[in-house]
Amino acid sequence: MNLNYTILIPLIPLAVFLLLGIFNQKIKPAISGYIGVFGLIASGILSFYTAYQYFFIYGKVDGVYQTFVEKTVWMNFTDTLHIDMGVLIDPISVMMLIVVSIVSLMVHIYSRGYMKGDDGYTRFFAYLSLFSFSIYGLVLATNLFQIYIFWELVGVSSYLLIGYYYTKTSAVAAAKKAFIVTRFADLGFLIGILIIGYYTGTYDFETLNNPEGSAILNWASTSFMGLSVITWALILIFMGGAGKSAMFPLHIWLPDAMEGPTPVSALIHAATMVVAGVYLVARLFPMYYFVEDGFALNIVAYVGAFSSLFAAVIAITQTDIKRVLAFSTMSQLGYMMLALGVSGYDGHEGVGYMASMFHLFTHAMFKALLFLGAGSVIHAVHSNYLKDMGGLRKYMPITNITFLIAALAISGIPPFAGFFSKDEILVAAFEHNKLIYYVSVFVAGLTAFYMFRIYFGIFWGKEREYKHTPHESPLSMTFPLMILALLSISTGFIPFSEFVSADKAGFETHLDYPLAAIAIAVGLIGIIVAWIFYKKENNLADKFANGFGFLYKWASNKFYFDEIYMFVTKKILFKRVAAPIAWFDKKVVDATMEGIGNKTVVTSNKIKGIQSGKVQDYALYFVSGVVVIALVFIYLWTN
Amino acid sequence: MIAGISIYEILTVTSILFFIGIYGFITRKNLISILISIELIMNASVVNFVIINKYLYPDILQGVLFSIFIIAVTAAETALAVAIIINLYRQISSVEVKDTETMKY
Repeated sequence: MNLNYTILIPLIPLAVFLLLGIFNQKIKPAISGYIGVFGLIASGILSFYTAYQYFFIYGKVDGVYQTFVEKTVWMNFTDTLHIDMGVLIDPISVMMLIVVSIVSLMVHIYSRGYMKGDDGYTRFFAYLSLFSFSIYGLVLATNLFQIYIFWELVGVSSYLLIGYYYTKTSAVAAAKKAFIVTRFADLGFLIGILIIGYYTGTYDFETLNNPEGSAILNWASTSFMGLSVITWALILIFMGGAGKSAMFPLHIWLPDAMEGPTPVSALIHAATMVVAGVYLVARLFPMYYFVEDGFALNIVAYVGAFSSLFAAVIAITQTDIKRVLAFSTMSQLGYMMLALGVSGYDGHEGVGYMASMFHLFTHAMFKALLFLGAGSVIHAVHSNYLKDMGGLRKYMPITNITFLIAALAISGIPPFAGFFSKDEILVAAFEHNKLIYYVSVFVAGLTAFYMFRIYFGIFWGKEREYKHTPHESPLSMTFPLMILALLSISTGFIPFSEFVSADKAGFETHLDYPLAAIAIAVGLIGIIVAWIFYKKENNLADKFANGFGFLYKWASNKFYFDEIYMFVTKKILFKRVAAPIAWFDKKVVDATMEGIGNKTVVTSNKIKGIQSGKVQDYALYFVSGVVVIALVFIYLWTN
Repeated sequence: MIAGISIYEILTVTSILFFIGIYGFITRKNLISILISIELIMNASVVNFVIINKYLYPDILQGVLFSIFIIAVTAAETALAVAIIINLYRQISSVEVKDTETMKY
């Protein structure tokens, strides 16, 4: 089996990016759209071919999925510590290839309709291709440093795409916020990588993840403040993952990132880039699990559980539909994290790991669908706010049905995809940590409620005054919706546990009927409550909101986290720390340098008279010098 | 080995010649006079070459040959200097040193 062709999967979008980026002005918009789509189709075909070959032809040896690595040394530090570039093929990377290919292709097709007539059409597709290249590279990375390089690249492309409407102040601010917050988190990631490199002597995933390898067996050799240094490194790496995956308390950038075009939100901030954090933890899962009895993994579980609850509560109160979806994404990412956090390693014990990856897969489908559906609605009514929408089901039948399918999927109603993956997560939580189980069941109810709140708000309820009659979007936009709806229905039936599991051996899963019944019941309660509140125009919801009083106000202001961060940075960091340093820089460092410069100018003004232009003066100086030197040699320098 | 004259006496004469040249170069106001002063300096060094050759290595003629070489170079240099002075005269109608001070700071 030859894996060399897999390197083409990231390289094709890179070529498309260079082509569209360099000939930005010369390519007609219509053509650039096709170039982008066909580049993605080529990568997608290769991804599917790889997946087929891997899962069904050569991947399984003696019942265990093997890890295949093709790499070359890129940078040498010592004989053992070097940075490689290459591709790593194992179940989760292949699964991610499929996710990225499907969602990215759908978003490309959708964007051809959504962005039509936009000035930066070609630029948009160039950025999308850059992003696709980066995320493919991230998925296929063979070591921590390679993943870090592509990690930053997806950060850059996310920054470029959030700030796509660069004439809009809020978009620029959001882009900067996203970049700075994730960059801050990546500082932790980088320190974690360096610690790993220093104490284990390798960056290679295969060596690090080997349960019998030295990296895992020798975790206790050095400790720092009561914990193993490796645990610290893993916590710091998780900090990077939490930044990218918008985990509490680094979540503040994700809602603002909705300033970008909606297809971008679907691709980057729902389906692919934000799951990079989950993917990173899953990639290092054996380390998280075995080092210090999973101390770092517990942190992952609790941060995930808290984030999912926190985001779900906020999502209920938001009125901008894209922000509801953003908080919903954060909540579901918390779900994936907590599933990883409660997972074991061997066989059925590793159900959490499998469930997390399964949920990542199904969530990518239905969340991308929700975003694209929301984009279709926004395209029709030219507003993001629920108050401008209502009764749209008559005008937009396809959007209505596909959005309903996605909402049912995320609410965990069978037979839609979300039900199966969520059920596995709940099983894993139930078996390992009851507290987290109760939290996640509660969140499941909240999810169903806020999802159907916006569903009823958009497609049912009272009709608003529209500037022009809303109409269904063109086929280029509804086609991806239909494909993704189909996937949202069908992907739940994939026997996922046979393909992806923590020990790579695969296991059988069966529905746990009591737990599934509870989950469905909770989901249905959420939907029914939403139906009562929002199906018809009434003031029940307002009364309820008033009943909660200040709690409602807190939640709708996102618990004032933006304000707290602003206070900490502006009032404390800027004033107390940055301002004195700036003063020192200006008054001491700069003043010294400027003083040296000024003194030089003044002195040279004073002595420039020596250069009189009179040849005989020069001759006199010269002769005097010679005489002085001669005297020195004759009278002083005589041994 | 000139009978009755030691090397010191001849070197004294050439030193005097040299410093007269230096003095002229520094104090003369006319460019032509400065050129003549340079000739004096050159002549002093030429005589030194010959004398030192004569007194130290009487068997070889390198110093003498070198003095001829210097005379040739000096002639070329003088031609060049005179050409410059003539051009200068065409520009500013003067060969005084005080009129050629524009190349200063």
